[in-house]
Amino acid sequence: VTPTRLADLALRGVAVIEHVGGEGSFRRRLMELGLVPGTRVELVGVAPLGDPLELLVRGASLSIRRADAESIRVSALTAAATSDGRTSLEPAPARGGQ
Amino acid sequence: VTAAPVPSLEDRPARALNKEPLVLLVGNPNVGKTSLFNRLTGERAHIGNYPGITVERRAGILALGNGRTASVIDLPGAYSLSARSPEEQIALEAALGLEGHPRPDLAVVVVDASQLARNLYLVLELAELEVPLVVAVNMVDEATENPPRLAGVSELFGVPVVGTDARHGTGMDELVRVIAERLEKPAAARVLVRYPDALLADARAVAESLPKDWKRNESRDRAVALWLLGSVDHDDELTHVPAAARERCLSIRAAAGDRDLDQERIGARYAFIDKALPSLYARMDRHPPKRKASERVDRVLLHPVWGFVLFLGLMLVVFQALFSWSDPAIGLIEDAMAATSGAVSDVMPPGILRDLIVDGVIGGVGNVVVFLPQILLLSLFIGLLEDSGYMARVAFLMDRVLKSLGLHGRAFVPMLSGFACAVPAILATRTMERQRDRTLTMLVIPLMTCSARLPVYTLVIATLFPPSHLFGWVPVQGLLMVAMYVFAIVSTLLVALVLGRTVVKARRIPLILELPPYRLPSPIVTIRTLVERATVFLKEAGTVILACTIVLWALLAFPRESATPVPGSAATATAAPAIERSYAGRMGKAIEPVFEPLGFDWKLDVGIIGAFAAREVFVSTLGLVYGVNDADEEAVPLREKLKNETVDGRPRYTPLVGLSLMVFFALACQCMGTLAVVKRETRSYRWPAFLFAYMTVLAYAASFIVYQGGKLLGFGP
Repeated sequence: VTPTRLADLALRGVAVIEHVGGEGSFRRRLMELGLVPGTRVELVGVAPLGDPLELLVRGASLSIRRADAESIRVSALTAAATSDGRTSLEPAPARGGQ
Repeated sequence: VTAAPVPSLEDRPARALNKEPLVLLVGNPNVGKTSLFNRLTGERAHIGNYPGITVERRAGILALGNGRTASVIDLPGAYSLSARSPEEQIALEAALGLEGHPRPDLAVVVVDASQLARNLYLVLELAELEVPLVVAVNMVDEATENPPRLAGVSELFGVPVVGTDARHGTGMDELVRVIAERLEKPAAARVLVRYPDALLADARAVAESLPKDWKRNESRDRAVALWLLGSVDHDDELTHVPAAARERCLSIRAAAGDRDLDQERIGARYAFIDKALPSLYARMDRHPPKRKASERVDRVLLHPVWGFVLFLGLMLVVFQALFSWSDPAIGLIEDAMAATSGAVSDVMPPGILRDLIVDGVIGGVGNVVVFLPQILLLSLFIGLLEDSGYMARVAFLMDRVLKSLGLHGRAFVPMLSGFACAVPAILATRTMERQRDRTLTMLVIPLMTCSARLPVYTLVIATLFPPSHLFGWVPVQGLLMVAMYVFAIVSTLLVALVLGRTVVKARRIPLILELPPYRLPSPIVTIRTLVERATVFLKEAGTVILACTIVLWALLAFPRESATPVPGSAATATAAPAIERSYAGRMGKAIEPVFEPLGFDWKLDVGIIGAFAAREVFVSTLGLVYGVNDADEEAVPLREKLKNETVDGRPRYTPLVGLSLMVFFALACQCMGTLAVVKRETRSYRWPAFLFAYMTVLAYAASFIVYQGGKLLGFGP
């Protein structure tokens, strides 16, 4: 488990939220949507132009911009994508509604 | 599933026994709340507005059986009650009956059966505020694999819970029965979340500062205090927050130090929900469910290449529909109006009354109704894009591009529609939630080259620019038309950039966009939305357009001259058309010095005044000035008269004048329909006034530069 920023997660990477940073109301919105510490998050996609990102949290697909995802600290549960583009998915601990 | 009755509230809303009870409908976005509203209220819905803000208020009547009814108000979809704008604050005020809102007798919270892990947050907030609740666990049809235990939800909050599938109508009778029952025996929801002691102390301090009408009992005051602690900030835009409570919240925030107030509040609530979840789903390993189908579709629709190809293709269809498919309907409306005018003219004696009815009233009604085909088509497309879940993907795809212009990702479809007509495009800005985004988009849409500008461009280009070729092969006329489109796009983007940083400046709000699962749009919801859109347009914008048409008619028709010229009078034969002596004609002459530096004479000025009705009216008004009746842009006599107009032996209308005129029409807000819908959508006179002012100034300045600059460069007078 390596601490990192949500924005640095590899595609299809799974992590657990450690701390949500950022401007007050944005941070509050994200947390109210369920991005609270301990919740599992997966980076499921990136928009064709490189921004924004698509996250899977509590069964919902949420999109935020890369710059904002930099202020969210996570512990990655999976390694980065392997060289052939596939990812190795390990089972994540069932917390945060997962 | 019905919970054990809880002692009834000590202070039920004081109201006459026979008064219709009030039921609020609350829920997250994308949980099928609109479908449920339509199922509950049937055909009867009324669209109004909350006072002072632009949030629409949909209300309907619910038949409870035995001849009893309740009124239902559909609150805007929200993920939580906390607010930072007056628009978001409505949810709390409506739920508690504060600040002039009637106190609801019951709130129906709609949640997605497979999304309890995040939808219960809103239920929890309402339960803490002790609002009498019924929970509708909707879309049970999508959760058959791992259905939620309704009894578990009911026990958690002490409220009745009904499983529904609003799209197909399943569970609706049960829901209505439970609502009726709960209205008979009201009981507040109750829930106990374990908050950190420090937060509870803060909440007590805030609760002490609450004014009398915000207070009720200890537990509800605490919930209100938590709402204030989560909403009040040094830069919020909330109105109606008691001053003492605001001050208390800000000082608590300032003194928080290392504490994380939001984490304490929100974290405790999610801990409560996460702890309860295993008792709500039989298979926690299957909750939340995977989104396999939607992910598969997204792999194509969000593909770097195919995603954009399909997106552009779809936009082409929308655009083509607005531009061409609406033509037959528009033609029919115009024919019907002409036939009505003809019939009235036949039966009425000539005179001022006949002219008023034919040119003013029937013409005005025509000016209104003619927008309907495009409004309905665009509303249909937007509705389908929204309800299917694709509109959120448009925002996802286009965010990177539009963000740099300060526009919302969802602004793309309305802006594109502006190339057909600004009126439906402005109505389509509703797809954005935030008023600031909507206002900015509305202010730039009228710069797009709408189809009403084309007759003006066609007349000018065909008349003043001889068909010739650049470099021997590029047709100058076609090139000019393309140039006008490019000019419009560039000015739209520049204006958006400037206005977004000045007039409609706002804090940068980070994007949080939910990409809902793809769903088939519900025909009932789609049709009902169409009817609602059309009704609101006809009622509110239509009256303004009708009134403007009558005023413009009067300007062109008065003062009247004797209907029959004095026989033998030599003057009548050579007299200028009546329009020259009309108020509009006189106005044109009066403003001639103002527009002279742009190269326009009074005749063009009269055309510009007439064009306020709609840009293409420029052509027919100019026709009247030259005594050519019912002129359109193809009318050869009008073209010839324009070409032959001379001053000091040289042509009056040079290509430079034509260019200046086209630039003026590209930028000026010559369209009362646009101003009428902007007034309707912003609920103010300020924004339409600003729109008209900035576009007119911009148009004048640009035409001035074109004409005077062209003269300096030697392109003739």
